[in-house]
Amino acid sequence: MSVYDKVFPPKIFTLSNGKQIRKPRSRAPLAAAVLLALTVLSVKVTGFDMGILVSRIREFFVILGEMIPPAWDYMPQIWQPLFDTIKMSLLGSFIGSVLVVPFAMLASTNIIHNRIVVALMRLLLSIIRTLPTLVSALIATYVFGLGTLAGTTAIAIFTFAYIGKILYEEIETVDMGPFEAMEAMGATKARAFISSIVPQVLPSYLSNCLFCFEGNVRYASILGYVGAGGLGLILNEKIGWREYASVGMILLALFVTVFLIEAISRAARKRLV
Amino acid sequence: MSKRVEVAYEQRPRRWVFELAVALVVIALLLWSGSAVETAGTTQNGALIAWNILAGIFHPDTGLLFNLTTQGVPYLLLETICIAFLGTVVGAIISIPLAFLSASNLTPKPVAFIGRMLIMAVRTVPAFVYGLMFIRVTGPGAFAGLLTMSLCSVGMVSKMYIEAIEDLDVRVLESLDAAGCTTWQKIRYGILPQLMPNFASTAIYRFDINLRDATVLGLVGAGGIGAPLIFAMNSYRWEEAGSILAGLIVLVLIVEWISTKIRVKLARG
Repeated sequence: MSVYDKVFPPKIFTLSNGKQIRKPRSRAPLAAAVLLALTVLSVKVTGFDMGILVSRIREFFVILGEMIPPAWDYMPQIWQPLFDTIKMSLLGSFIGSVLVVPFAMLASTNIIHNRIVVALMRLLLSIIRTLPTLVSALIATYVFGLGTLAGTTAIAIFTFAYIGKILYEEIETVDMGPFEAMEAMGATKARAFISSIVPQVLPSYLSNCLFCFEGNVRYASILGYVGAGGLGLILNEKIGWREYASVGMILLALFVTVFLIEAISRAARKRLV
Repeated sequence: MSKRVEVAYEQRPRRWVFELAVALVVIALLLWSGSAVETAGTTQNGALIAWNILAGIFHPDTGLLFNLTTQGVPYLLLETICIAFLGTVVGAIISIPLAFLSASNLTPKPVAFIGRMLIMAVRTVPAFVYGLMFIRVTGPGAFAGLLTMSLCSVGMVSKMYIEAIEDLDVRVLESLDAAGCTTWQKIRYGILPQLMPNFASTAIYRFDINLRDATVLGLVGAGGIGAPLIFAMNSYRWEEAGSILAGLIVLVLIVEWISTKIRVKLARG
C-alpha cells in the first residue's frame, strides 16, 4: 500500500454476497496537481504571456510570407550542399550503427554475465546519448576542421548511442535456446552470437537503422550551423543576409528530400518486418 | 529424420539475387557518400585539441556548477526544464486537434493527406529557423525558446497521436452505443480511456527529447542552457563548458530514469 492510498483511503464496495472490494482512488488529481504546479513555475520562469503572443503573432508570419514564393533560380546552388547533407547522414549512420554492435553485445545481460561490464557499457551509452549532437559537432569541427567530416562524425556518434540502446534492449528479448545450444557444442561467444542471435535481431536492427537515417537527414541540416557542412551552412548564410526567399527554397528542397527518403525507407522497412 | 532435414535444407528459400542487389546498392551508396569526406581540414594536432577539450570537460568549473545566481548552472538548468516542459505541454495541446484531423479513420482521405503533409512540413523546418521567427514575436529569451520547442514538438507528437487514434478499438464504441450512451459518455468512457495513457506517454517521451535538444535554442538566443554552452565552447573555455555539460548530462539521465518509470507504469495500466 503506497503513501497515496494511506492519505486517500480506497473506496470499499460491498457486493450482494457480502464480499468487500477495495477500489483505489484515482491518481488523476495528484497528476493534475503536479502538472499544474510545474506549469505555473514554468510560466513564471519563462515569462510566458498569452497577451504578447496574441497581439504580436502576425510578426511570426512576416518571415514566412517572405519565404513564399521560394527563389527557384537559387536551386542550382542548393544541389551540392543537399547531397553533402545526404552523404553525411548516410555515412554517419552506417559507421555509427556498425561500430555499436560489439558494444551493444557487451551491454546485454543475457550474453555477458559480468554485471560490472554491463553497467559500465550502459553508462557509456547513456552519457554519449545525452551529449547534445550540437556539442559533439562543435568539438568535431575543432578536431577535423570545418567541413563534412565533422558533421559525419557527429552523426555517427549520435547514431552510435541511439542504435546502441535499442539494440541491447532487442538482444535481451531474443530466444536464448539456439545460443545456449551452440555454446554447449563448444562455439565461442562471438561465433554463437553471429549464428544464433544475429538472425533474430537483424530485421528490427536494420529497420531501426533506416529510421535513424531518416531522422539524421533532418538533423544534419542543423549541424551546418556550427560549421559542420551541409545544408545548414547555406541556410545560416542566407538567414544572415535576410534572403528569405532563398531560405524558403532550401527548406522546400529539404522537405522534398526528406519526403522521398521517408517513402523509400518506409517501403524498405515494411519488407523487413 | 536426417533425410527430411536435408530435404528441408535443400529447399530453403534462396534470395541471393535480391540480397546481392541490395548489397550492391548499399555499397554503391556508401562509396558515393564517402566522396563527401574531406580530410584536408584535419590539422596535425587534432588529437591534441581533442585531448585538451576532454581534459577541460572532465575538470568542470565547480564555481559555476554550484553557483545559485541566475548566471549559475542550476538556474540555467531550471530555465531549460521550464522551456522544455511548457513547450511540450503547448505542443501536445496543439497536436490533439491536428492529429484528429489527420487520422485517416476519422476524416476523409484528402483532408487526412493534407493534414499529414502539413505535419511533415512543420517537422522539416529546423529549430533555429523557428527560433528566429519567434524572436520577432517575443524578443530574445526563454519565451521564444518555449514557442520554438512547442512547434518542434508538434511534428513528432501528432504523428504518434495519429497512430494511437488509428489503433482505436471501435467495437467499444459500438457496444456503448448499443447500451444507449450519449456522445459525451461515449467519449468519456470509450475514447478517453483508450487514448489517455498513449497520449501521456508520448508527451513524456517528447519532454525527454526536448530537454536534450534544448541546446539548439541557444544558437539563436532563445534562452536556456544552450547559449552559455555555445559561447563557452566558441571561446575555448572548456572548464566552463564542462561544468554546463556535466549538469545537463546528469539532469537528462535523472529525467530519463523518472520518465521511463512513469511510462512503464502507464503502459501496464
